[in-house]
Amino acid sequence: MSTTIAVVLLLALAAYAVFGGADFGAGFWDLTAGGSQRGAQPRAVIERSIGPVWEANHVWLIFIFVVTWSAFPSAYASIMLTMFVPFTLAALGIVLRGASFAFRKVVVTLRSRRIFGGAFALSSVLVPFCMGAIAGGIASGHVPSGGKAGDPIDSWLNPVSLVTGILAVVAAAYLAAVYLVWDSRHFREYAMGEYFRRRAVASAVAAAVVAVVGLFVLNAKASHVFDGLTSRALPSAILSVVCGVGALVLLMRYAARGARVLAVLAVAGIIVSWGIAQWPFLLPESLTVSAAAAPSGTLLTLLVAVGLALLIVVPGFVLLYVLHQRTLLPEEGTEDIGDRPIITGG
Amino acid sequence: MIVSETVTLAVAAAVNPVPWARAQMAFTLAFHIILVPLGVSWAFMTLIANYRAIKRGDHDALVLAQRWSKYMAVTFAVGAVTGTVLSFEFGLLWPRFMGIYGDAFGIPFAFEGLFFFTEAIFVAIYIFGWRRLKPWTHFWTGVPIVIAGVFGAISVVAANAWMNAPAGFTMNANGEITKVEPLEVIFNDAMPLQAAHMVIAAYLVGGFLVASVYATGMLRGRNDRYHRIGFTIAFTVAAIMTPIQMGVGDALARWVYANQPVKFAAIELVPTTASDVPETLLGRLTAAGTISGGIPIPGLASWLSDPATGKSTVVQGLDSVPVDQRPTVRETDTVHLAWDVMVGLGTALFLLSVWYGVTWLVRHRMPKSRWFLRIAACTGVLAVITMEAGWIVTEVGRQPWIVYNRMKVEQAATANSGVWITFLAVFVLYAALGVTTILVLRGMSRRFRRAGGFVEGDTPYGPTEPAAAGEASEAVEEPTP
Repeated sequence: MSTTIAVVLLLALAAYAVFGGADFGAGFWDLTAGGSQRGAQPRAVIERSIGPVWEANHVWLIFIFVVTWSAFPSAYASIMLTMFVPFTLAALGIVLRGASFAFRKVVVTLRSRRIFGGAFALSSVLVPFCMGAIAGGIASGHVPSGGKAGDPIDSWLNPVSLVTGILAVVAAAYLAAVYLVWDSRHFREYAMGEYFRRRAVASAVAAAVVAVVGLFVLNAKASHVFDGLTSRALPSAILSVVCGVGALVLLMRYAARGARVLAVLAVAGIIVSWGIAQWPFLLPESLTVSAAAAPSGTLLTLLVAVGLALLIVVPGFVLLYVLHQRTLLPEEGTEDIGDRPIITGG
Repeated sequence: MIVSETVTLAVAAAVNPVPWARAQMAFTLAFHIILVPLGVSWAFMTLIANYRAIKRGDHDALVLAQRWSKYMAVTFAVGAVTGTVLSFEFGLLWPRFMGIYGDAFGIPFAFEGLFFFTEAIFVAIYIFGWRRLKPWTHFWTGVPIVIAGVFGAISVVAANAWMNAPAGFTMNANGEITKVEPLEVIFNDAMPLQAAHMVIAAYLVGGFLVASVYATGMLRGRNDRYHRIGFTIAFTVAAIMTPIQMGVGDALARWVYANQPVKFAAIELVPTTASDVPETLLGRLTAAGTISGGIPIPGLASWLSDPATGKSTVVQGLDSVPVDQRPTVRETDTVHLAWDVMVGLGTALFLLSVWYGVTWLVRHRMPKSRWFLRIAACTGVLAVITMEAGWIVTEVGRQPWIVYNRMKVEQAATANSGVWITFLAVFVLYAALGVTTILVLRGMSRRFRRAGGFVEGDTPYGPTEPAAAGEASEAVEEPTP
C-alpha cells in the first residue's frame, strides 16, 4: 500500500508541476514582458489565461503536503527541518504572488498595477526555484532520515539543487509559453500567439540545455539517482525526451494543440522519471518508502480521500477547464464601469 | 549598560525558537481566521441575493450579488494563500509534532483538501460565470461553494479538536504510532461541538462583517434600497445564528468542564478544586495563586457547569495538576480575559439581534433608530474580536500541551534558531497584506459607488433585464476620472 501512496504522491507532484508550474511560468513571462506600454498586451493575455484557474491549481501543493505529512510523517519532519529556508521563502512568495495577482486585477491606476504586477512576477520566479532546489536537495541525499535536520544552507544551495531549481523555473516558463500560444489563438490574439511561440521555442531549448547540464551534475553529485535514471527510469526518461523534442517540432510547425499535450507529457515525464530513479528511497539512500510509511489505517484513508477526489473534484475540475476553454468564464462578474483600467494614470 | 542587557536578552530570546514559533503560528492563524468566515458564509449570502434577483427580477439584489462575488474573489484569494502558509507552518514550526503525530493529525486535512479544492473550483466558475452562463445554471454553480465551505471548516476543526481530544491511534514503547483508526481520529470526542461552534461563528462573523459595511453606508446617508437589502440579508443571517451559537457554546463549555478540567479552571479562574465556585467577571490570577480584583457572582460557575447538581458541583482547580502541566499565570489570565470578552460581546450581539428580530416581528421592517445603525456598524469588528477571543480560549487554554496530555508545545517546535527572522518577515508581509486587502476592497467599493451601475450591454444574464438597461444607460454618462 505504501507503494500506491508513493505513486499517488508522485502523480500529484507531476500535476502540480504541470498545472501550477504553468501559472508560475506565466508570471515569468509577465516579469519579462517589458515596460507598461510594450508589455500591456502579453500581460492581458496572461491575466485572462490563468485568472480563473490559479487557486484551483494551487491546491495540488496542499494535497502534496497532506499526503506527505500523513503517509510519511518522519520524512516530512526531516524535509521541513532541513529545508526551512527555501520552504519559508516559497511560502512568502506564494502569499505575495497570489495576493498581488488578485489585487492587480481589481486596482486601476497604473502605479498600483505596476507594484502588484512586479510582486506577482518576481515571486513567480522565486517559488519554482525554491521548489526545484528542494527537490534537488532531496534527490542528492541532503535530507537525513529520522526527523533530523540536515545542513540548512548547503542542503538547497548545492550544485544539484541549483540545476534543479533553474530547471524548474525554465520548465515552468516553457509550459506557460506553450499554453499561452494556444490560449492566445483561442482569444483570437494571433500576434500574441506568435509572440509566445517564439518564447516557447527558446525556453524549450533552454530547458534542454539545463537538463543536459543537470545529467552531468547528477552523475557527479547524486550517483544513486543518476544510476536510476540510466536504468530503471530510462524508458520514462526517454519518453519524456521524445515528447519534449516532439513538442519542439510541432511548435516550429505552428501546431499548438499537439505541442501542448507533448509539453505536458515531457514535464510530467521529468517528475515521474525522478521518482522512479530514486526508488525505493523516499530520502535517497537513508530512508525507503516502505520504511517511512505510516500505519495502514492512515494510508487507507488517504486512498479513500483520493478516490473521493476522483469522484468529486475531477468532474468539477474538468467542468472548470471546459468552461474556461469555451470562454464561458470571460471575466469576473460583468464589467462595472468603475473597473476599467486607467491606462494614462489616475 | 541597559542597551547591552537588552541586546543580550534579545539574542537569548532569538536563539530559543519556541516563543517565536508560537508567536508566528498565533499571528498567522489569527489573521487567517478573519478570512475564514467570509470564505464560508459570504457565498451563502451572495446566493440569497442572487436567488432573489432571479426569482423576483430584483435589480438591486442582482447588483449586490455581483459585487459581493467580486469582493469574495479578493478575500478568497487572500484566504487561500494565508491558508497555504499554515500548511507550510505545520512542518516548518512544528516538525517534531508532525513527525510523530502526522499520520493521525494529518488525516482530517486530506478531506479538508478535498473540500477546499471543490470550493476553489466553484468559486472560480461562479465569479467568472456571470456573463455567459444561464441564470439558474449560474446560481447552482454557487451552491457547491457553500457546502464545501462548511465541510472544509469542519475538517480543519476536526484536526484542532483532535489536539484537544487525541484519539484513534496506538503508540508503541518507542513513541511511534503503530496503528491508526481514521474514523476515531476525525470524529474525536471534541469534534462535533467544536466544529458546530466554528461553522456557526463563521456565519455569525461573516454576516455581521458584511452588515456593518452597509450600516456604515446608511449612516453616511446612503439610505437606498440597495444598501437596505445588503444590510438585511447579512444581518438576518448573523442574527439567526447568535442564539444558536449561545446554546452550542454553552454545551461546548460543559464538554471542556468534563474533559479538559484544567482548561476549564483557567477559563473560570479557579485556583483550587472546590464546590460553590463563583463566576468571576474580569479579575486575574496572582503568582501566589489567589484571585485579585473582579466581580464574583456566587456559585454561578458551579451551577453552570452542571445545573443538575447546582451550587454543589465540584470544579477542578488549576492546582490539581503539577505546575508544568497547566497554563502559566499569564496564560491563565489571558484565557480568562478572552473568555469574558467572548461571552460579553457574544451576549451584546445577541441582544442587538433580539432588538432587530422584535422590530421585524412587530413592525415588519428593520429598526430605523440611528443608535441601532451605529451599533450595527461596529458589529463587524466586535464579532471578529469575539471570534478571536474564543479561539484564544481554546488554544491558550490547552497550554502547555500541543496534543492534550501527550505532547508539549516545546517538544514539538523546530530547533531552527532563525524563526524570529521568519516571524518578523511574516509579520511585515501580513501587515502589508492586511492593509492592502482593506484598501483594495475600499477602492472597489468607491469605484462601484461612483459608477452607479453596469456598463451598457454588459448586464449579467444578458438583456432579459429591462430595468437594468435603463439604469445602465444613465450610468454610462458619468465620466470616469
